[in-house]
Amino acid sequence: MTFALLPYEDSSYATSVDAIFLSLLLLCSAISLAVFAVIIFFCIRYRKGSGADRTHYPSEARQIGIELTWIVIPFIIFVGLFIWAGNVYYEMFSPPRDGLAIYVIGKQWMWKIEHPGGQREINQLHIPANRNIVLTLTSQDVIHDFDVPAFRIKHDVLPGRYVRMWFKATKPGTYHLFCGQYCGDFHSQMAGSVIVMSDIDYAAWLQKDHDTPETLAAEGSRYFHSLGCSGCHENSQVVHAPSLNGLYQQPVPLQSGQIVVANDDYLRDSILQPSKNVPAGYQPIMPSFQGIVSEEQIIALIAYIKSQRTTEPPNPGSAHDPNP
Amino acid sequence: MTQTPEPRFIPGENYLNKEKTLASWLFTHDHKRIALLYLISITFFFLIGSVAAVLMRTELMFPHGEFFTSTTYNKLFTLHGVIMVWFFLIPSIPNVLGNFLIPIMIGARDMAFPRLNLISWYVFMFGGLFALASIILGGVDTGWTFYTPYSSTYSNGWVIAMAVGIFINGFSSIFTGLNFIVTIHKLRAPGMTWFRLPLFVWTLYSTSLIFVLATPVLAITLTLVALERGFGIGIFDPRIGGDPLLFQHLFWFYSHPAVYIMILPAMGVVSELIAAFSRKPIFGYNFIVYASLGIAFLGFLVWGHHMFVSGQSIYAGMIFSLLSFFVAVPSAIKVFNWTATLYKGHITFDAPLLYAFSFIALFTIGGMTGLMLASLAVDVHVTQTYFIVAHFHYIMVGGAVMAYLGGIHYWFPKITGRMYPEMLARWAAVFLFIGFNLAFFPQFILGYMGMPRRYHVYPEEFQLLNIISTSGLPLLGIGYFLPLTYLGWSAFFGRLAGPNPWDAPGLEWQIPSPPPSENFACIPIVTRKPYGYDPPPDTHEPEESPEESHVR
Repeated sequence: MTFALLPYEDSSYATSVDAIFLSLLLLCSAISLAVFAVIIFFCIRYRKGSGADRTHYPSEARQIGIELTWIVIPFIIFVGLFIWAGNVYYEMFSPPRDGLAIYVIGKQWMWKIEHPGGQREINQLHIPANRNIVLTLTSQDVIHDFDVPAFRIKHDVLPGRYVRMWFKATKPGTYHLFCGQYCGDFHSQMAGSVIVMSDIDYAAWLQKDHDTPETLAAEGSRYFHSLGCSGCHENSQVVHAPSLNGLYQQPVPLQSGQIVVANDDYLRDSILQPSKNVPAGYQPIMPSFQGIVSEEQIIALIAYIKSQRTTEPPNPGSAHDPNP
Repeated sequence: MTQTPEPRFIPGENYLNKEKTLASWLFTHDHKRIALLYLISITFFFLIGSVAAVLMRTELMFPHGEFFTSTTYNKLFTLHGVIMVWFFLIPSIPNVLGNFLIPIMIGARDMAFPRLNLISWYVFMFGGLFALASIILGGVDTGWTFYTPYSSTYSNGWVIAMAVGIFINGFSSIFTGLNFIVTIHKLRAPGMTWFRLPLFVWTLYSTSLIFVLATPVLAITLTLVALERGFGIGIFDPRIGGDPLLFQHLFWFYSHPAVYIMILPAMGVVSELIAAFSRKPIFGYNFIVYASLGIAFLGFLVWGHHMFVSGQSIYAGMIFSLLSFFVAVPSAIKVFNWTATLYKGHITFDAPLLYAFSFIALFTIGGMTGLMLASLAVDVHVTQTYFIVAHFHYIMVGGAVMAYLGGIHYWFPKITGRMYPEMLARWAAVFLFIGFNLAFFPQFILGYMGMPRRYHVYPEEFQLLNIISTSGLPLLGIGYFLPLTYLGWSAFFGRLAGPNPWDAPGLEWQIPSPPPSENFACIPIVTRKPYGYDPPPDTHEPEESPEESHVR
């Protein structure tokens, strides 16, 4: 990559972030230079021994007026800046539902990427241009940070939970991917690249580089059976367990009376800490899979549950029915 | 101030020459001697921290890690951060200048608790021993921020030893803060009302509140890290049931106010310097007082702005962003007031004022970039990059260290009784200003280009700006080395300064230089506001005297 003061404007946010930054830069430079100019002017005019008039000093009331002026004006400017920058921030961390969902696992010192089609990569993320990309990220050990300066986006990646970030890359190319949160010895080498491709190239990449892998959902389906999930959650007559069909993104009433949305975090928690959020009408009898399933397996299981969204209509008595 | 000097002193006897044994220094209760003990100690720590900085910047001239392994580099920046923050910056102005000046400025003979003051120094040194031991044994590689679960579970360094050092050091801060608060409340001379206090005292009062209220949280946080690391008690590591973000909330609850521990006293020094060298009362005294207290208060409510991309709720992020903009208002008030103080003054450009101007320029840049960081969407892009590194060095080095040096020069004649060489001092200020900007301004650009901080190996397109940044180092080095040598020389051989070389009205200038052990023969009675500078004798125009026009 070549030297550029502003890194490439290659995402949906880059323009907004740069616009705020450049406005701030102009505003701050103007104010700073004005203050410095006034200081220099006073220094010359009121240097010791100069003949400048020093009488008619502003009155008490006038001084208070001056103070209030330079309190109120910055205050108003600051509130304006807050609203402008806050809006963009809100958009950055409110992912759309229709995005291409890609999973990222950080560990000392590499990024593991899993595509919905089952493609896996390390330290490289291939994505199509002009599509909403929604990343779901977690860490296997310490806190990392998924940082793509060209897209003006970064977010810490925490162990023990999912974080989500989204962006739309606008121009095909190869961009730096950094770990932005200090994570130990080879923190600075936990770097890679994001490769943005045209739709045609991306379709070719999905096919060519990999001999049609098993999709994440298919892989999840395997685990669903091999880990024994299906024994209870698939039409069991013995154990009263919620069916998972059509569960994804549906509201789930809990025993506590709360209602939560069955998103990735909820599913992850329900696998690792089943007694934390028990759906209303069920007994907390599911064993924890903490230490039994890996982060990759959880992601595959979630992908499988997700894929069960439309295949069958939800059974009566499934988790989102409050009164089975 | 009506002073009725009483020849109770033995002429020529002062706090420096009264007793000369080593024991008389190590067991002194005199706040002025304790200030000098601190001065020597923190200068030593500053040198250690600087060596680490030089090694890092040398390494960073090359993109592929030529000199050190990643582990060594990580230990170097941790060492630099820990030593500079806790063993130099936080104690710098409060424990050296504050210790020396607060009792004198308020017309007292010593601190409220002279023995606690001495204990505070011993505690500081004891904490320093732990920190040095952890460095010598092999160092710590967590960064000065000790983020969990890296620090509590994964790091291989001497984390607990370092945490114990900082924990102990914290008690020194608490003792000092407590001492300052009680001293300012109880030992003010007759007539020294709250609104006759010099602004330096006000800022140290605000700082002391932070010392006392925030430091315990740091102690608790480090204890929890040590518990998790030493005994596997799950507090921060999610694998054993902890929450990694909890650490960041606790840490920044202390460490953000800690930034104001560094900058508030610097603002106090600059207020004194601007008034002294423009020979005018400070413009908007009351507003600066309330701004100081406002900063101390609001400083406790903005810790979450270090965590905009950490995974805390985005709504929390928004509230912290708004509050961070609010805390910028009192800082802006101060800069405007200093500027206005120059208006219709009689300005002389002695070295301390040059340091004060450096402070204003660099603090303004640091503050303005702080606004950019408070702007949420911009912060997402530049946080954890060199932009942050540049920003806080502008505040802490460009701001706090410049003011510290300015204060050291201004009060040097009082502390030692001798003058420093004026021309050398001005040159040092110029070297520091140029060297500092050369070293740190390129880092803003590097940050916006996306170079992450704490990177030992980096893409080649960042090399040019890194070389420019490192090239500021020799100038900075000269800027620090010069005062170290000429001040050291002048302390013994400089020309005698007399009691009031700046012709300043503050109480500290009404007693001999160096001051006698008990400061005042007779406790002064204060009758007017601070900064009652007389117009210089060579002005011809008829003028209202500042006291009449500005004293309320």
